[in-house]
Amino acid sequence: MRRSLQFLLFTGVSLIIFMLLPLHALRAQQRSADELREQSFLFKSLQLTDLCLTTEARYTRHPAMADRHAPFQSHPVALEHFPSGSLILPLLPGRDRL
Amino acid sequence: MIELSGITKSFNSGKSNQFTAVDNVTLVVNPQQITVFKGPSGSGKTSLLTMIGCMARPTSGRIFLRGVAAAVPFQQDGVEVVEITSLPERFLNDIRRSTFGFIFQQFNLVKGITVLENVMLPAYPTGEGRADFRARALDLLEQFNIARLSGQRVELLSGGELQRVAIARALINNPSIVIADEPTAHLDTKLSQEFMAIVGRLKGEGKSVLIASHDPIVFDSALVDSLVEMRDGAVINSRSCR
Amino acid sequence: MKRAVERHLNILEFTLASLLRRKAKNLSLLAMYLLVIFILASLLFFVTGLKREAAVILNDAPDMVVQRLVAGRQDLVPDGYAAEIAAIRGVTAVRPRLWGYYYDALNGANYTVMAGDDTTAISEKATIGAGVAKVRNLAVGDLLPLISYDKAPLLLEISAIFPSASNLVAADMIVISPVDFQQLFNFPSGQATDLAVTVRNAKELPTVAAKIAARFPDSRPILKSEIQRTYQSVFDWRGGMTLIILASSLLSFIIFAWDKATGLSAEERKEIGILKSIGWETSDVLLLKFWEGLVISLTAFLLGVILAYGHVFFLSAPLFAQALKGWSVIYPDFKLMPVVDAYQLAVLFFLTVVPYTTATIIPCWRAATIDPDAAMRY
Ligand SMILES: Nc1ncnc2c1ncn2[C@@H]1O[C@H](COP(=O)(O)OP(=O)(O)OP(=O)(O)O)[C@@H](O)[C@H]1O
Ligand SMILES: [Mg+2]
Repeated sequence: MRRSLQFLLFTGVSLIIFMLLPLHALRAQQRSADELREQSFLFKSLQLTDLCLTTEARYTRHPAMADRHAPFQSHPVALEHFPSGSLILPLLPGRDRL
Repeated sequence: MIELSGITKSFNSGKSNQFTAVDNVTLVVNPQQITVFKGPSGSGKTSLLTMIGCMARPTSGRIFLRGVAAAVPFQQDGVEVVEITSLPERFLNDIRRSTFGFIFQQFNLVKGITVLENVMLPAYPTGEGRADFRARALDLLEQFNIARLSGQRVELLSGGELQRVAIARALINNPSIVIADEPTAHLDTKLSQEFMAIVGRLKGEGKSVLIASHDPIVFDSALVDSLVEMRDGAVINSRSCR
Repeated sequence: MKRAVERHLNILEFTLASLLRRKAKNLSLLAMYLLVIFILASLLFFVTGLKREAAVILNDAPDMVVQRLVAGRQDLVPDGYAAEIAAIRGVTAVRPRLWGYYYDALNGANYTVMAGDDTTAISEKATIGAGVAKVRNLAVGDLLPLISYDKAPLLLEISAIFPSASNLVAADMIVISPVDFQQLFNFPSGQATDLAVTVRNAKELPTVAAKIAARFPDSRPILKSEIQRTYQSVFDWRGGMTLIILASSLLSFIIFAWDKATGLSAEERKEIGILKSIGWETSDVLLLKFWEGLVISLTAFLLGVILAYGHVFFLSAPLFAQALKGWSVIYPDFKLMPVVDAYQLAVLFFLTVVPYTTATIIPCWRAATIDPDAAMRY
């Protein structure tokens, strides 16, 4: 087969896979509805307020509950919690009201 | 038949270093013949050939192509003359592609790709099917005894082989006029003679061949039909060798 | 029509042959481009995935949480607050929450200890998250000894382990009975960590919050919408790591597009001259360059995005997990629910493929407009 057709075929296949990504995401979301219900039951019964993303610092474990002074204890820039502290920011004044 | 009337080419016109490379040339080039342009270096041979080959426009003067099946859309069937100097760029390009084949002094092959691809290169933008011109290219390579090199990259070839690849490339779009500028400058005597033999064959196939050269093997060849001598941009002598 | 298609195919053919000439150079170009797109797309998928997960789960968060502040720091809430808040019009329920952190000296992990419902949580039993089970190597029925604040050991029997599907909310959790909680932390009775307030009508939330704040000036009501917004802004693109990755990949991309845009080698220039002299038009040459840019950038874009999708949603983003993990001992391995944000991908496309392709064409523009006879003079 001509090289140009090979390339177009390859690109076409990649394009189809690319287009299928949103469909896959949608199906996965539908399928996981049960799992989600379980999580939400837990969430409701324990009255939780935060996601467990990292267990490193108070304000990264419970960002929504951290008082305005929590960042003070390890701010500015919170380098002591470098990787996660830089992804999950301390709640600066005004940041909770976008 | 190609008719030149009062062709002049000036470079840098209007500036202090204005230079007239071709000066008021009026000439008739007969079809299906070999015409050699001879003259010292700087006499304007290359400049003249680029204008005939629709690569550059003259500063003044007109060029007519007669009896060539030119690809000019608005040309009516009965009308056989095309005045190329006044055509818009697009049509000029079409004519150049379909009517002329060029063989350059430095061969001008594209490095890194195969011989076959180099030969097919001028046909790519024409929109012709690849299978068609590929068959034609292989056929040409066969004719010039370089079929075995078709998959080879060009930088590995010898001078004579390069020359034959360049000729094959000039012929891929089946032109009726072949223009060669100093084709033997990089060849030894034997290869130059081989080149002339090929040119003779092209003439036999009904093509017109225009060659610029100061190589005696070329202009003294028995195959040459007419000889145009140039000096300082002007034609000083034009004669038939028959 | 057919001729136009053939022309494209033929020129594409030459583009590929010409790209393959400098195989090592172009493959490394492609690889680098792919890496940039892969990292950027992974980041987009990861952050959008987390945001969506947060949005869905936080739907079930309490309507309002009331904290008490003492000298600017969170303090315990006396039961009296709960009774008075419950009396406010529109409030349907007030539930004192008991929760805190337990540092495990054995392995340096921090657990979130929470008191469950009086009715469900049984004394001396604990339900733990999968993360805790993993670091302490515990199974259902095992005993988990914790040291209470008065140095007395508290032996808890594991009654259940939260399924790993709930890792994103409960990986580090130890849920025990309120009595055990008070014993563990020497926690004063009649007080709570904070109060979860349920309101009949969501529209009344701000009014209720205002009333609480007026009645208890030392209280801090946190609305559900604020909790949700926190999570939307935590993963803001301006956020630390996100910004660093974004900036560095864009920077490297710009450097490399700049390199392309400025460097048209003499050889390339000569090649364009040759093509012009053998009958290629300016538009043919530009088409060639267009394909050249598109072949690299489109391939990199499509493959990069597809690989990023797999990386984030099938492999749980090992690249970013390291960053989130940081020094923490318990790291929840959660699987993100796949989400694709078409708008973000479109932005990524227009920030990478389009400028690259343009950067390939523009410098050739001048070279492509030279007179075809120039090649005669090489
Ligand atoms: N673009 C240009 N600008 C200025 N002068 C030019 C240009 N092209 C050609 N010339 C000049 O025009 C004159 C004729 O050049 P041309 O190449 O036509 O000569 P030639 O007969 O082919 O010479 P040679 O046998 O050496 O190839 C030369 O003096 C050359 O310097
Ligand atoms: Mg010359």
